[in-house]
Amino acid sequence: MRPFTYERAPDALSAVKAVAENPGAKFLAGGTNLLDLMKLDIERPTHLVDVGRLPFAGVEEVNGGLRIGGAMVNSKLAAHPRVRELYPVLVRALVSGASGQLRNKATTAGNLLQRTRCAYFYDTTKPCNKRQPGSGCSALEGVHGAHDAIFGASKACIATHPSDMAVALTALGASVETLTPTGASRTLAVQDLHRLPGDTPQVETDLAPGELITAVLVPPPPEGGQVYRKVRGRASYAHGIASVAVAGGRVAFGAVAHKPWRAAHTEDALSSGASPAEAAEAELSKADRNDHNALKITLVGRLAAAAIEESKTRRVA
Amino acid sequence: MKTTITVNGTARTLDVDSRTTLLDALREHLGLIGSKKGCDHGQCGACTVLVNGARINSCLSLLAMHDGDQVTTIEGLGTAENLHPVQQAFLENDAFQCGYCTPGQICSAVGMLQEAADGWPSQVMEDVAAIVDLSEAEIRERMSGNICRCSAYPQIVAAIRSVAGGAA
Repeated sequence: MRPFTYERAPDALSAVKAVAENPGAKFLAGGTNLLDLMKLDIERPTHLVDVGRLPFAGVEEVNGGLRIGGAMVNSKLAAHPRVRELYPVLVRALVSGASGQLRNKATTAGNLLQRTRCAYFYDTTKPCNKRQPGSGCSALEGVHGAHDAIFGASKACIATHPSDMAVALTALGASVETLTPTGASRTLAVQDLHRLPGDTPQVETDLAPGELITAVLVPPPPEGGQVYRKVRGRASYAHGIASVAVAGGRVAFGAVAHKPWRAAHTEDALSSGASPAEAAEAELSKADRNDHNALKITLVGRLAAAAIEESKTRRVA
Repeated sequence: MKTTITVNGTARTLDVDSRTTLLDALREHLGLIGSKKGCDHGQCGACTVLVNGARINSCLSLLAMHDGDQVTTIEGLGTAENLHPVQQAFLENDAFQCGYCTPGQICSAVGMLQEAADGWPSQVMEDVAAIVDLSEAEIRERMSGNICRCSAYPQIVAAIRSVAGGAA
């Protein structure tokens, strides 16, 4: 790792200001993704502001839904009695990600802001526009089809967002609450938090420098069954080739785009009485098809159809 | 920078480079070499220790993040004369070959057994709100953060099942 200075923030606003005022600074909470990337010389912060002990680690019931603290660790969130009772899709997404050890450190906010697992992003000997803007995208011609984006990709980047949790939160219509450097708070939908790559894949969210995710707000559970299904190269631990979250009539896909992908065409088809397979096809027919990703498009379609079918028999919260 | 952690019941203060991970602090500065550096990226689990009772990858955590924390390593779980039940079960079930992953496996198992006792869900449960039954499938899933390249998995699962109260 390159040298950096470290401070533990006494309160949220101090943390936000410390990061906003220093272009080399980053927030540190669980550190499971950031420290890994620092060891690989992909992330190079010169200053870390530790927000892991700020008082944002609980779950409160608000207006029939939940307010989840940004610093709450993934394992405790998945184990929370109300979350298990009301949001099985969120629990299943959380426990589908990483390992027991990592879930004990990784936080709600950090999970949303984790970076892609694209092999070329990790390989510092290869060009990558996300790691080094302007250097090119090695994945475009790479041997990587199953992990590439099939929606919303650009010529600059075909990386996907790896979070499972974010896919469930998108299907649930959740939003994030942030603290900005001016001390103001704002709310934005999880589905609007991340950007598509365009020409600037290094800019991954709409958060301002120093803006801190303090909480995730989950609305009351929708009517209908909840399902999370994930396909990956190993039975456990590995990130997904694709995933599907269903929460009532809402459907989101994971590991298919630069952001958790809300399958609006699938939702529309379902509300018009389409079969699960037809509803899945309504979204997949819009996928960006290339020489490498035919398998993935077929896979996501079948996975989505199966998940929607399963949701009809699943526990309703 | 100065950090104080309590390791296996003893308060230890270190003044080291901010880049020092918890794992390197334990191994290189405190002489506790039971925790192993395998991949150094949170993928193999050989560095697993318990922090305030929770299992974590000590390679992916900075020492500075743990000021005031209680850390338990393999050295603090039991002694040669008085082994921890999970250590004893690993011996009785021949749950290792080379032994490199074993301290991490045992610390992870201790943390995992508490998680299961606390009712924490896993992805192999049919209903994530149900009561946890530590079947072989559950143990394999919950221990997926620990790799054994000698592939002693059947014996590791048997050892953990014997402590959990299931049939070995």
